[in-house]
Amino acid sequence: MSGFLQNTFNGLVGGAFYALLALGLAVIFGMLRVVNFAHGAFYMLGAFGAYVLLAEAGVPFWAALVIMPLALGLLGMVLERAVIHRLTRLDPLYNFLLTFGLTLILQDLVKSRYGVQSSPYATPAELSGTVDFGLFDFPTYRVFILGFTVLLCVAVWWVLGRTRVGMVVRAATERPELTRAFGIDVGRWVTPVFGFGIALAGLAGVLAAPMRAVNPLMGADLIIVVFAVVVIGGLGSIFGSVAAGFGIGLIQAWGEAYLSEFPIVSQTVVFVVMAAVLLWRPAGLFGREEAPA
Amino acid sequence: MRRSVGVAAASAAVLVVAGCGGGGPQSGGDQKLTGDKIVLGVLNDQSGAYSELSGRNSVKAVEMAIADFKAKYGDKAVTKNISVETADHQNKPDVANSKAQEMYDRKGVDAILDVPTSSAALKVADVAKEKKKLYFNIGAATTDLTGKSCNKYTFHYAYDTYMLAHGTGTVTTEQVGKNWYILYPNYAFGQDMEKSFSAAITAAGGQVVGKDGAPFPNTSGDYSSFLLKAPTLNPKPQVLGTMQAGAELVNVVKQYNEFKLRDKGVGLAVGLMFITDIHSLTPAALAGTTYTDAWYWNFDQQNREWADKFQKETGTRPSFAHAANYSAAMQYLEAVQAAGTDDADTVVKALEGKEVNDLFLRNGKIRAEDHRVIHDAYLAQVKPQAEVGEPWDYVKILKTIPAAEAFRAPSADCKM
Repeated sequence: MSGFLQNTFNGLVGGAFYALLALGLAVIFGMLRVVNFAHGAFYMLGAFGAYVLLAEAGVPFWAALVIMPLALGLLGMVLERAVIHRLTRLDPLYNFLLTFGLTLILQDLVKSRYGVQSSPYATPAELSGTVDFGLFDFPTYRVFILGFTVLLCVAVWWVLGRTRVGMVVRAATERPELTRAFGIDVGRWVTPVFGFGIALAGLAGVLAAPMRAVNPLMGADLIIVVFAVVVIGGLGSIFGSVAAGFGIGLIQAWGEAYLSEFPIVSQTVVFVVMAAVLLWRPAGLFGREEAPA
Repeated sequence: MRRSVGVAAASAAVLVVAGCGGGGPQSGGDQKLTGDKIVLGVLNDQSGAYSELSGRNSVKAVEMAIADFKAKYGDKAVTKNISVETADHQNKPDVANSKAQEMYDRKGVDAILDVPTSSAALKVADVAKEKKKLYFNIGAATTDLTGKSCNKYTFHYAYDTYMLAHGTGTVTTEQVGKNWYILYPNYAFGQDMEKSFSAAITAAGGQVVGKDGAPFPNTSGDYSSFLLKAPTLNPKPQVLGTMQAGAELVNVVKQYNEFKLRDKGVGLAVGLMFITDIHSLTPAALAGTTYTDAWYWNFDQQNREWADKFQKETGTRPSFAHAANYSAAMQYLEAVQAAGTDDADTVVKALEGKEVNDLFLRNGKIRAEDHRVIHDAYLAQVKPQAEVGEPWDYVKILKTIPAAEAFRAPSADCKM
């Protein structure tokens, strides 16, 4: 039983990363209709930024947790204004290729400066212990990640669901044309929303630094799964991306723990689920069918 | 819309997969050297998990060997026209296969060097056999290269899974604990490591309580289900043997520390570790861990001097793979010099049975029976942070394992 709970906890922690990344992708896709392939690269930049801040300026984890999302969010907004925005009227293919190119550029820039070897990043001392839950104990850092991510998701949900800004963003996400017709300036929210999505990716990166190998390819490895998560949750569905993120994390952890004789299962389960969901509900679990264009 | 996203994904995939070709045809001559030149090909991972421990810096090491060879022989050198071709095989067997063919057929490469990732190395060995051209494997560890997949044109340099398992498995079982849990990446290298370690552990009087193959590559980067399982096994393992390498090893060790397995009485033994891995994990995360090393830059004066030259070229200290690439290039050039030709069969004859002492090979011998290049290996231990005197000075050598013991006897599976 305690083993099951531990694996469940782990699945939720793994899922927290998927959820943060998928949430960012979902709001960006919803608002801009851009499939941001560079999302993994910003996750990597978050982790790398935390490393550089610590190694070269002695800035601790907690400060990095604030600085990196802000800095990357700003960078995201600049990129949106400078390039991405110019292509949003065209076929989504163009922005897909653009962000794919951006990924390669960002990865190679980091690679040329720091190499592909993983960079060291220690768990902050305050969080390096374990928490005793009675039935089992669990690394404090993982408990922190889970709590922090859940709080963040609730906060995002509150902002989107209960504030005027959120209302505009939701409306613009689901029916951009109609929202415009109501006289709301959707355009002015596009850039901040893009920056916000990128900031979430950067935040996930900072959170990952103490427990994952920090190297230029860390985002490239993860992003494929995150895309699958977004498709399962429903492209552009905010709740769907978070639910699917945690769900896939759980399925992966259980698969690894209880089907360890078949490692192929835990590796492919995400894509099997994705295929099944696409057959059954092409718009994703929580997505809405779009009217044919 | 969804359709165009799909198309975009597909075209992106094509972009990733498409490599670059190039290279002109080879004009054959009847000189002693084909085209009156020697071309060495370094085929390895230049962008992925193994690119730091070998990668482009191995190309540098081979260039250093060429420079040293020219300086040594001057006008007496068999040719002054020696060059290096290089390609990134991305650790993919199919890419390695086509790049190796391209190197031999279109780029006039006489000998391919390195090729990490066992599954890729086995493909290149097949190509070498088919094309009757030389291949010195350095980066891959599978003993199949000198076992059932051995061939006349393939030499296995540096290390293999037997060397790692025999050194680390035996000593750890004797000194740390008899019960092991083995975690390995589920592909040719990992499976081979698991078998070699299990054999060495059992032979030393220990037992493998549990073993699991983790997905390779592990895209989630998470190993917690395995790490949680380890202390719950019955009997409880005293040693967690991880066979992961590169960035995956970094993930395992980070999470091993996170779950505090050492405090729970489960020690750590690492199957394959490079100095570059210790650098990225920091000695503090690994202090006390033992592993088998094929060469260490700060072992003696000779190594250190070469490491200084290497650092001038690359800005970093060499791993054993870099030194082995240097040595293999040098031994190949020496063999061509001695034979006076780059004809593969003649060069193979010149290499077989040769006893060598050089930068990398100590008490080295190029075995004729299976083309295993044997040499002294070292049992190394990671120093505590406090004892690290200078950057990259991370390990102390506990014991030198003599060449004859370090590697297995020629296998009956190998039929040249």
